Amino acid sequence: MSRVHIPQVLRPAADGAKVVDVEAPTVGAVVDALVEQHPALGDRLRSPDGELHRFVNVYLNGEDVRYLDGLDTRVGPDDEVRLLPAIAGG
Amino acid sequence: MTSSMDLFRQVRSAITEVSPSEADRLRAEGSILLDVREPSEWDAGHIPGAIHVPRGYLEERIEAAIPDHDRSIVVYCATGVRSAYGSATLGQLGYRNVANLAGGIEAWRRLGLPVEAPVGLTPAQQERYSRHLLIPEVGTDGQKRLLDSKVLIIGAGGLGSPAGLYLAAASVGTLGIVDFDVVEASNLQRQVLHTTDRVGVKKVDSARETIEALNPDVEVTAYDTALGSDNVERLIGGYDVILDGTDTFDTRYLLNDAAVAAGLPVVHASVFRFEGQLTTFVPYQGPCYRCLYPTPPPPELAPGCSVAGVLGVVPGIMGMLQANEVLKLLLGIGEPLVGRLLLFDALAGTFDELRLARDPACPVCSDTARATRARGELLTVPGPADSPFVLTSVEGSR
Repeated sequence: MSRVHIPQVLRPAADGAKVVDVEAPTVGAVVDALVEQHPALGDRLRSPDGELHRFVNVYLNGEDVRYLDGLDTRVGPDDEVRLLPAIAGG
Repeated sequence: MTSSMDLFRQVRSAITEVSPSEADRLRAEGSILLDVREPSEWDAGHIPGAIHVPRGYLEERIEAAIPDHDRSIVVYCATGVRSAYGSATLGQLGYRNVANLAGGIEAWRRLGLPVEAPVGLTPAQQERYSRHLLIPEVGTDGQKRLLDSKVLIIGAGGLGSPAGLYLAAASVGTLGIVDFDVVEASNLQRQVLHTTDRVGVKKVDSARETIEALNPDVEVTAYDTALGSDNVERLIGGYDVILDGTDTFDTRYLLNDAAVAAGLPVVHASVFRFEGQLTTFVPYQGPCYRCLYPTPPPPELAPGCSVAGVLGVVPGIMGMLQANEVLKLLLGIGEPLVGRLLLFDALAGTFDELRLARDPACPVCSDTARATRARGELLTVPGPADSPFVLTSVEGSR
């Protein structure tokens, strides 16, 4: 199982979950599995064409998946996935 | 009974001495020059590149200053007497390659050898900044550099308040503060530059009052205006580092684009309830804000503090971490968070670090964008059709 960290700004759409354990082989499949568990996350993470929103970054073990293989990036069982939306508060 | 002259003769016979010209040759070959005089003598002029450990602290501090006992060291004082005793002490501590500068810095000066100009902290400044002066990474030179530095704080709010206080206390000589707002009672839960009796006062005026009361060495330049595309270039020009304490996406993008064009570093932080993000954008050395977040989220997905709330201490912590980044950049020490994003989770009590990369297709800081700007051509940053934000167009300014 890989662990997906949900930032505070997305937690209301994830039924309050802080960490979600997901079994999935790629980043895209992790997002699919997350949305399946918490449907309200769908619009928050993906645009209508199914791509990740440009304002949501996904990190696999601290690396931005945009610079790996994007949604096709392989995810191992002990990997840590982190969703990072832009926040502006100051 | 041994007289002081006898003792000096004994000590001198047990140590090696070198003339100023020999010391200068050793210096060129990489020997360390060790100044054992009092701080006031050091401040009045010392040999360039020398290390300063007053004789009274020699036993206690030398091993931290020079860990290698085989390192070639030339010890000096004013005339060569105190440094003779210092040389003997080093020998007792196991330093094997020590020489005393005969005649001291006075003989050195008489030969016309170089002496570093005094950096000139007043006695009051030496007292005020004494805890900085004790740190080798800051010291008198670093403190003087801070006094000569100019930092622009955008927003005298949750982030800008703690950052402004600590940068002022550290004596950043010029603090520019941009804010168009007035102090409200709801600000006081976190915006510690302001006070209850200043509700209704312009934030820049309130900030100036607090900072000037804290440290009269700091000159506050107040800009009672909103950051906009019409003034951003003029506002940031002439500053060494920009601290982004704004609270909207459009000002963050606007500042980013102008700072990249001007080649200025921006220390960035943002907060949401119990969480904070921090990174340092240095143009072309690491990513910029657009590399990190190519487009802003729609407002309903990213509520600010006034809608979502925030634990007051979170911007406090993030603002102080911004001040820490600013000080590292100004002093040229440590490892600034360039290409690294620090995440703070106040509830979990954790910091996590993510690696950031420059986006080769970034419309603002890619090599292509940089070349366009260098040619003096108009650089347009397209906004997505569905974005409610007006994304700025930045003209090539240099």
